[in-house]
Amino acid sequence: MEPLKCCRKILTIGLLAGVSATASAQMMINGAGATFPYPIYSKWFDEYAKVDPSVRFNYQSIGSGGGQKQILSQTVDFGASDGPMSDDNLAKAPGKIFHIPTVAGANVVAYNLPGNPSLKLDADTIAGTFLGKINKWNDPKITALNPGVKLPDQEIIVVHRSDGSGTTYIWTDYLSKISPEWKTKVGTNTSVNWPTGIGGKGNEGVSGQIKQTPGALGYVELIYAIQNKMPYAEVKNSAGKFIKPSLESITTAMATAQIPDDFRFSITNAPGSDSYPICGATWLLVYEQQKDPAKGKKLVEFLKWALTKGENMAKDLKYAPLPDSVRDRVLKRVDEIKT
Amino acid sequence: MTVAASILVEEHSARTRMAPASRIGDKAFEWLTLAMALAVVVLVILIGWQLWQGSSLAIKKFGFHFLTTSTWDPVAEQFGALPFIYGTLVSSLIALLIAVPLSIATAAYLTELAPPWIRQPLVSLIEMLAAIPSVILGLWGIFVMVPWLREYPFPLLKRFLGWTPFFTGPMYGPSMLAGGIIIAIMILPIITSVSREILRSVPDLQREAAYALGATRWEATRIAVLSYAKKGLFGAVILGLGRALGETMAVTMVIGNTPQIAASLFKPGYTLASVIANEFTEATTDIYLQALFEIGLVLLGITILVNLLAQLLLRTITTTSATRAVQ
Repeated sequence: MEPLKCCRKILTIGLLAGVSATASAQMMINGAGATFPYPIYSKWFDEYAKVDPSVRFNYQSIGSGGGQKQILSQTVDFGASDGPMSDDNLAKAPGKIFHIPTVAGANVVAYNLPGNPSLKLDADTIAGTFLGKINKWNDPKITALNPGVKLPDQEIIVVHRSDGSGTTYIWTDYLSKISPEWKTKVGTNTSVNWPTGIGGKGNEGVSGQIKQTPGALGYVELIYAIQNKMPYAEVKNSAGKFIKPSLESITTAMATAQIPDDFRFSITNAPGSDSYPICGATWLLVYEQQKDPAKGKKLVEFLKWALTKGENMAKDLKYAPLPDSVRDRVLKRVDEIKT
Repeated sequence: MTVAASILVEEHSARTRMAPASRIGDKAFEWLTLAMALAVVVLVILIGWQLWQGSSLAIKKFGFHFLTTSTWDPVAEQFGALPFIYGTLVSSLIALLIAVPLSIATAAYLTELAPPWIRQPLVSLIEMLAAIPSVILGLWGIFVMVPWLREYPFPLLKRFLGWTPFFTGPMYGPSMLAGGIIIAIMILPIITSVSREILRSVPDLQREAAYALGATRWEATRIAVLSYAKKGLFGAVILGLGRALGETMAVTMVIGNTPQIAASLFKPGYTLASVIANEFTEATTDIYLQALFEIGLVLLGITILVNLLAQLLLRTITTTSATRAVQ
């Protein structure tokens, strides 16, 4: 009997401790959504805990679709999405929703060829390949862009994402902008009806399949190509210059792109001679009118911190920070949140 | 009265004395188990109802066409489930074709032939195979199995069976066949374990009778053991099939995820479970989400249907063999 009593005592103490912990608990701010920015968001929440220990963030990376749904049903304090919300979805919201862009990333065109030469591609060849019209590596259109590179008479095996994702949204948004045929036949979405190719699950699935399949070509996030040491192509931008994807060329694209007042923008195929054409931002979604004033205030404080101090951490995690011009506009928007 | 009889009488009177209490206990036990059994049925009905609710818009919009069309276009909001139904059935069939002979042969070896020093390690190894998480098998599939399949078995299949429509066209690696093989690996342990238990429960009298009639070891196993356990083995296969139909992660990683219906098993395919896992999190429009719910409903329906068909098949097999035995 003795050990049991002892156990019970420990349990009671534990329970009491638990109760007192919740009594003095910090404020909990809940968010859910996009998976692409999850690493930097969790870094921000960790760092912010040191700045303001009275507030804690709970973020679940359930996907952009889930993020939009949960902010619409007001089950979270903020949502997160890799694509801007559609007019239809915004109309369902009980209040006005602000889009707060935070960081951006790029898709690179990765491939697997003998000797892994560095390649140059343009809108025509990328769209042609993904439409299934260019299906050999030594197609005249590709060889014309790459003088001096010996391309094999090998089939191009297109690899795309099979899961719905913000990465696919950026990719199809780019293709829709540069190819009228893509726009009418396929369109822009987090997943589409692919004309050709095989699907890999997640960035790791696509990069795995490209690495394992000779002659493969596909799109992955920049960071995956860097981590996996995959070769990726320079892409011709709208100014006619071949650009190697990098954090700088993404930020440049955001600086030169047309950004509307509601921040529901797309930065694919941005003007400017140094912009990388296939990139996109990610957004936090918050209500203009906050239901809980105390929480709202803390959320605004956090957003301001994230857009200033937080942005400086972006590059270490291979995210492109907002250019100053955009950031100043976004900070003004954050000030408009009513608590 | 003998001693034994008096003890019996005493015991009997003891039992009658205890009767009221134990009868209440029996009743309670009966009701409790009934409630548990019903809970399972209610759960299935609730799941079905929830899926039906979740997909009501899509059912209204697409109607029966949902099952017979092949376009899956989230942009144009056109949804048809046929390639996914096809992919689920074909990949499961491939898996059964590979896994059933392997598992039953393994089970027969383990119960009838294997010396104990082989049996124990082999049994643990097979059970360990069941413990490997699906996603790990999938990664192994991408990095080891698929490149190997593309390098060696696929060209061989093409060379010798290329005249059939099943092994033609380019071999990328990720394919319906790769999906079927990974499912086969995943259902192998469950079929083997259940088959082994069933073969072990075959009474030794059966074997002894066969040997007494002069049967060889192979004949005894075939006639006295496998044939006797036929019904149970069939049940083991159905259990495996149930798993095969719903298997998701590992399949998604190697099947190529392309909604198409192609005779060639080298071509990529897609399954019902995979498309839900792939697209559910990022589906933003209502009708898209509802179509995915309907896919879930179809999967549930197919699982139930396949099980019913299997039961029916089992009944015909057992009744025909019974009549043959009578004749």
